[in-house]
Amino acid sequence: MVPSVLFAIFAGVLVLSALGVIIARNPVHSALLLILCFFTSAVLWLLLEAEFLALVLVLVYVGAVMVLFLFVIMMLDVNVTRMREGFTRYAPLGAIVSGIIILQLAGAIWLRSGLPAAEPLTPREAGHSNTRELGAVLYTEHVYAFELAAFILLLAIIAAIMLTLRQRPGLKVQDVSAQVKVQRKDRVRLVKMDAEKDS
Amino acid sequence: MITLAHYLTLSAVLFAISVAGIYLNRKNVILLLMCIELQLLAVNFNFIAFSRFLDDVAGQVFVFFILTVAAAEAAIGLAILVVLFRNRRSINVDELDSMKG
Repeated sequence: MVPSVLFAIFAGVLVLSALGVIIARNPVHSALLLILCFFTSAVLWLLLEAEFLALVLVLVYVGAVMVLFLFVIMMLDVNVTRMREGFTRYAPLGAIVSGIIILQLAGAIWLRSGLPAAEPLTPREAGHSNTRELGAVLYTEHVYAFELAAFILLLAIIAAIMLTLRQRPGLKVQDVSAQVKVQRKDRVRLVKMDAEKDS
Repeated sequence: MITLAHYLTLSAVLFAISVAGIYLNRKNVILLLMCIELQLLAVNFNFIAFSRFLDDVAGQVFVFFILTVAAAEAAIGLAILVVLFRNRRSINVDELDSMKG
């Protein structure tokens, strides 16, 4: 009974905050509501006993991706009113299309029988570790995909740095390698001269 | 009692909301990216629900990789957005038509 109530509460919060994301006037509010979406999804994933992914969702999405979004939104000075031109014009079209999607998917889910394992969940026994279970297949069966994911992340780092790197002309900065490479003979000049004599 | 169909319906509603968001916020590239994140979340919901109800951990492995790729996509997308804003002073989709013939 308790999981059903929790599911109802958090599903409601999730849908309402998702609606808030798409109709909020201010992009900062959208991003904050999206963070709420991720938190409620993490709770629902905990109800599905996917504990590792729920925590990864909070750490990676809320901790990294959404902070990056907020950072970019606040760094770019975006004219919000001009962005919302055509909002009401496309609202009926969006509502119709999303209504059709919901009807089609709900029809496919509820009217067609044959969904696998529609019976209620049985909780796993105590001491069952989702992280251990995931790691056991991640590092053996899916190790090539894992390496590929690591490579994609490396690629993303390099791409993000290369895209945003810029060298402004005329900027006075230290050239560290030139400073390190400098030799004694470049800086010191020994001058041989006779001692001055009182005459 | 909560069954698989409830989770799938929730994911379908989430996906439809984010599709509507793409229609509504078609001018603002940041909101488009956020709607794409929401769509990926809906898809991940399907994977995790099926993984739990079929008792197969492969679905969770797939979600793990989707999260990785989505993080990389967000990083590169926002970097492109910053460069775009630096060059054009605007991220309005309507003004990004310099390659139009």
